[in-house]
Amino acid sequence: MSKVSMTVNGKTVEREVEDRMLLVEFLREELNLTGTHVGCDTSQCGACVVHVDGKAVKSCTQLAVQASGCEVVTIEGLATGGDLHPMQAAFKENHGLQCGFCTPGMIMTAVDLVNRVGAGNLDEKTIRENLEGNICRCTGYHNIVRSIEAGAKAMA
Amino acid sequence: MYATNYHRASSVEEAVNLLKSGDDAKFVSGGQTLIPTMKQRLAAPSDLVDLRHIDAMKGISIDGVQVTIGAATTHAEVASSAELAGVCAAICSLAAHIGDPAVRHMGTIGGSVANNDPAADYPAAVLGLDAQVRTSKRTIDAADFFNGMFDTALEEDEVITAITFQAPEKAAYVKYPNPASRYAMCGVFAARLKDGSVRVAITGAGNDGVFRHTEMEEALAADWSPAAIASCSVDEGDMLSDIHGDSAYRANLVRVIAKRAVEAAA
Ligand SMILES: Cc1cc2nc3c(=O)[nH]c(=O)nc-3n(C[C@H](O)[C@H](O)[C@H](O)COP(=O)(O)OP(=O)(O)OC[C@H]3O[C@@H](n4cnc5c(N)ncnc54)[C@H](O)[C@@H]3O)c2cc1C
Ligand code: FES
Ligand code: FES
Repeated sequence: MSKVSMTVNGKTVEREVEDRMLLVEFLREELNLTGTHVGCDTSQCGACVVHVDGKAVKSCTQLAVQASGCEVVTIEGLATGGDLHPMQAAFKENHGLQCGFCTPGMIMTAVDLVNRVGAGNLDEKTIRENLEGNICRCTGYHNIVRSIEAGAKAMA
Repeated sequence: MYATNYHRASSVEEAVNLLKSGDDAKFVSGGQTLIPTMKQRLAAPSDLVDLRHIDAMKGISIDGVQVTIGAATTHAEVASSAELAGVCAAICSLAAHIGDPAVRHMGTIGGSVANNDPAADYPAAVLGLDAQVRTSKRTIDAADFFNGMFDTALEEDEVITAITFQAPEKAAYVKYPNPASRYAMCGVFAARLKDGSVRVAITGAGNDGVFRHTEMEEALAADWSPAAIASCSVDEGDMLSDIHGDSAYRANLVRVIAKRAVEAAA
């Protein structure tokens, strides 16, 4: 067991957890932040993507203790007050989701992409390349790409 | 995942000492290979010693033509270093095509080289650039480092601290990714080094991990062109054969991708 403390969506949290606990388990089971999903056992689907110290990472592929001392943002941390984040609004507007299971990871990946590359530099090819680690079983990706294009513009 | 005990090291010396904490302790760097393996219960280290908080193992420094990449430097940092791109763009482009953005934000060059997955990308660059692997104990030439699949010259308690190499005269890495995993079905790092010698290092295809193709190297030393290696032989008996591609397919792929790499580095 280790004491793990981190900032999650702006709030400091501290828990005593098993060292083998994954960050995604910490978020979902200790903090009840169930917006972050688990879609696979093999670190390949990206449903679990969150931001740790400002970078998109797979929360199923690091331990909670590894993230101790870090700033974590999950899908629950994007909206301000009652207003959706522009990227969330764009997914809603452009039919970027069907069942919605992959959506939290898609949106966290998309926001990271815009932060990294800049809204002005996002062409379709760049968006598709950057979705390499996010799998969607429903949409066929076209509307996800469209949503990210629109969300990036709205974030600019 | 089986239970484990986590330790965070702040220096190389501390990491080596912490490794004595358990009977089966292991280093963890980006965790992008080790954590998935632990989730599958294919690895069950008693203790994990985290290397990601050791400042001396992080960052890229370039001194003339001499390049040093700290072992805990992430794939994303290598991919986006403008300074490194100025002297060896091939290694930046290689890093930019490992896995996906989230994997690149965590995974490190030291972890990839230590793991020596037969389909990983970095081993081809290390061998192709005639690099040195600097460790907590010594400096190992690339030629002596890789010992076949998932095996290296590293001892249990030896930490890779940095990868160093001289910027090549020209180089390129071309990868044919497995359409599902994106690991290399075949990746070729072709380089002409500053001393004029040529290296062709191939990952993903060989049945004994990364290897050099000396016949291609000799042909390219005389004439750096795709045509020069078109008739080089690749022994099917030395190739991997699996559901993704049999050995005849891979032998052909090696030639095709090698030609593309030579062209890309022209
Ligand atoms: C979805 C996915 C896709 C991927 N795609 C690719 C790909 O296309 N190409 C590719 O090459 N790789 C790929 N990878 C693997 C990725 O590049 C890993 O980051 C890399 O192989 C291991 O680096 P790490 O820092 O994560 O190491 P870890 O997982 O932390 O460690 C791996 C091994 O190396 C040891 N180790 C780590 N650091 C050191 C050190 N400094 N000294 C000594 N031993 C050390 C550990 O004990 C462990 O045995 C992929 C991974 C995932 C999850
Ligand atoms: S749940 Fe993390 S990648 Fe699938
Ligand atoms: S919307 Fe269903 S998995 Fe993507």
